[in-house]
Amino acid sequence: MTPTESVAEFAARARVWLTDNMPAIDPESPPAAPRDDERSWQRARELQKRLYEGGFAGICFPREYGGLGLDYEYQKAFDEESVNYEMPLILNTPTFTICCATLLDTGTEEQKKQHIAAALRGDEILVQLLSEPSGGSDLAGVITRAERQGDRWVINGAKTWSTSAFAAHYGLCLARTTWDVPKHDGLTMFLVPIAHPGITLRRITQLTGSTEFCEEFLDGVDVGDDAVVGEVNGGWAVASRQLYHERRAVGQGSEFSSGAGHEGGHTTPVDYADLAEKTGQADNERVHEMAGRVLVHRAVADQLIDHVYRNVRDGVLPPAAGTLIRLFHSETVTLDMDTAMAIAGAAGVVGEIGEGLQAGLRYLSRQNVAIGGGTNEMARNVIGERVLGFPREYAADRGVPFNQVRHGQTR
Amino acid sequence: MTAVDSPEKVLFASTTQAFLQKEAPLRYVRELHAAGASFDPAWWRRAAELGWTGLLVPEELGGGSVSGSGVADLAMVAEQLGRTVAPGPLYPVSVVLAGLVDCTESQAHTATIESLMSGETVASWAVSEPGRGWAPLDSAVTATPTDSGYRIDGTKDRVEAGAQSAVLLVVARCGQGADEVMQFLVPTDARGVRIVAQQSIDLVKQYARVHFDGVVVERSAAVGTAAETAALINRQSQIAQVLQCAEVIGILQTVFDFTVQWALDRYTFGRPLASYQALKHRFADMKMWLEACRATTAAAVSDVAARSPGAGLSASIAKSYVGEMAGQIVQGCVQMHGGIGVTWEHDLHLYLRRVALYRSMFGTPEEHNLLVYEAEKAAR
Repeated sequence: MTPTESVAEFAARARVWLTDNMPAIDPESPPAAPRDDERSWQRARELQKRLYEGGFAGICFPREYGGLGLDYEYQKAFDEESVNYEMPLILNTPTFTICCATLLDTGTEEQKKQHIAAALRGDEILVQLLSEPSGGSDLAGVITRAERQGDRWVINGAKTWSTSAFAAHYGLCLARTTWDVPKHDGLTMFLVPIAHPGITLRRITQLTGSTEFCEEFLDGVDVGDDAVVGEVNGGWAVASRQLYHERRAVGQGSEFSSGAGHEGGHTTPVDYADLAEKTGQADNERVHEMAGRVLVHRAVADQLIDHVYRNVRDGVLPPAAGTLIRLFHSETVTLDMDTAMAIAGAAGVVGEIGEGLQAGLRYLSRQNVAIGGGTNEMARNVIGERVLGFPREYAADRGVPFNQVRHGQTR
Repeated sequence: MTAVDSPEKVLFASTTQAFLQKEAPLRYVRELHAAGASFDPAWWRRAAELGWTGLLVPEELGGGSVSGSGVADLAMVAEQLGRTVAPGPLYPVSVVLAGLVDCTESQAHTATIESLMSGETVASWAVSEPGRGWAPLDSAVTATPTDSGYRIDGTKDRVEAGAQSAVLLVVARCGQGADEVMQFLVPTDARGVRIVAQQSIDLVKQYARVHFDGVVVERSAAVGTAAETAALINRQSQIAQVLQCAEVIGILQTVFDFTVQWALDRYTFGRPLASYQALKHRFADMKMWLEACRATTAAAVSDVAARSPGAGLSASIAKSYVGEMAGQIVQGCVQMHGGIGVTWEHDLHLYLRRVALYRSMFGTPEEHNLLVYEAEKAAR
């Protein structure tokens, strides 16, 4: 890598390297890498190690933390080149796009040097320990507590909906350190080792049967001051960066994501020509039109990513505009699922996978994309309040010390 | 517009903006409508003097772009026009110019090009036909070869500014087995041309049905060869489509901005409309669709300007998406206004009319969806 290497030169070098070093795949049907399978994570780490050793890991991460320090254009060029190769896609979110991106914004020099570099080498997987059983969207209302005991912090509580935590080494854990101040002011973010004996981890079974998400019970988990990310009682600022990066990642608009393909299995886009053929509607113009509309919306989703990235960079749109991408992605996937279901017809609900039933099975988990990474409703609040500058909705807990806020009908 | 625009482009944009603010406010559009007029020819000549008509014309033919990309410059003008749904034949003239300057014998049409650039002459593209959707390469109008040229017969439909045009660029079927398509410049005062005004939902954009009954033209009336006509027609279609999309962006931004202001200013139950989550969420959706319209239009303008191989597909994607969502946004803004939004007095309907018009001109979203599906299938 020379400082003057152009995007085209970089892409040409990547093309040669990919051919020699990464397994070729059919991008239309990539090998499945189910996130609930331990083997997928081992495989992803091996592939990441190859990328690192080949000098193509962390294209947009700074050089001092193991990356290449290049612009998004280089990453996008690499994504185009790598689409025909097996890539460690499941490491992108949350490890790179959310956790490492947030550490880059808010971590100490030691944290960045240790964790970003380890992740880029394929040695470390990071997750988020944010949501709790007591509430999802009201993230600042978490009740997991961290208390000072000597020179240690001791964390007790429960977390849930942490993506693939079973495979992770560290989690960014949001805990309450002060209770007699308003909810946003008493939070602290900790980097918690998942292997700590005080953490009991349980898999959540989703309606599809996937067990990718976990819940964790934290019982006397002790960490040192070096585990604090950002300021003590300044955890909301860190969490806000996570949410910001998460919305961009969920909308497929993060420069820290590497590889543009799909993870395989249920994340492969619907192939409408194939679906129309399998369901005996290959020459049905009504079906073509419905499918064409989805293709248009998919194309616009990609164009919007580029548009928002450039406009945020140029200051035309505020950073919160990343949420537009997240919401648009959700709407596009919803349209995709609904259209596939409509075209599949009866074959979508009775029959064989590959003959149309896959459309019905995917339809069952349609709302995942509208809930995960912050709900569509939260996204619309962000757009309304932080992009359009509309007044906030009344909130009963605003400015109230957290230990005086109601948490149910009786307390 | 970005921070890195050249001084020339900034000057061109500000001159255009100042002209439109002063010479084409909404009040003026309403006055034209009240008088039954589409545009004032003298007004159009002054607009042409600003350079709008020369943007697609190469320098050797007397034109020139501002930024190096005439399509991008023209799209900027179109976006400005949208702010006041301004009148004038910019698109018909531009589309005809796009065909004239691109054909192999463009030098033969120098006089027409110059006259169009000066604003003295108005021309329009006669491509659509009665009772048919968007199929620009499929013409029922015929051009039969004669000793000295061609005889044109048939009927064209939805010709913008047809009654105000001195010349039409007519798509017609010709050749031995009538299996070729060509385009011809036909003066509207030629014997056998009959123009019948059509009603349009826009206040000032006027359209006409044009009958050609044994209209005789010279051989030199042909614009390009049969072999290149499909490429010319595709290019003209793309120009028409992206300029409409660009104008719609100007419309959507204007309507959305004044509706946001309305939501902040209007109080009900003691609080601004903008503070209600139910309404805020609708605004969030509209903002998202607006930015998506911008994104897809910018991509299409860029691809058409660069004459990229995917320009036709990009134009179809933009035309479909903008066509589908512009109505959603403007009707959503009408809803946010309540009763005042459906009055003649409020300006909303001026914008609503224009986006509704453009939804269906040069291909509906549904027609473009089919084209996009075919393109995707062909690329498999």
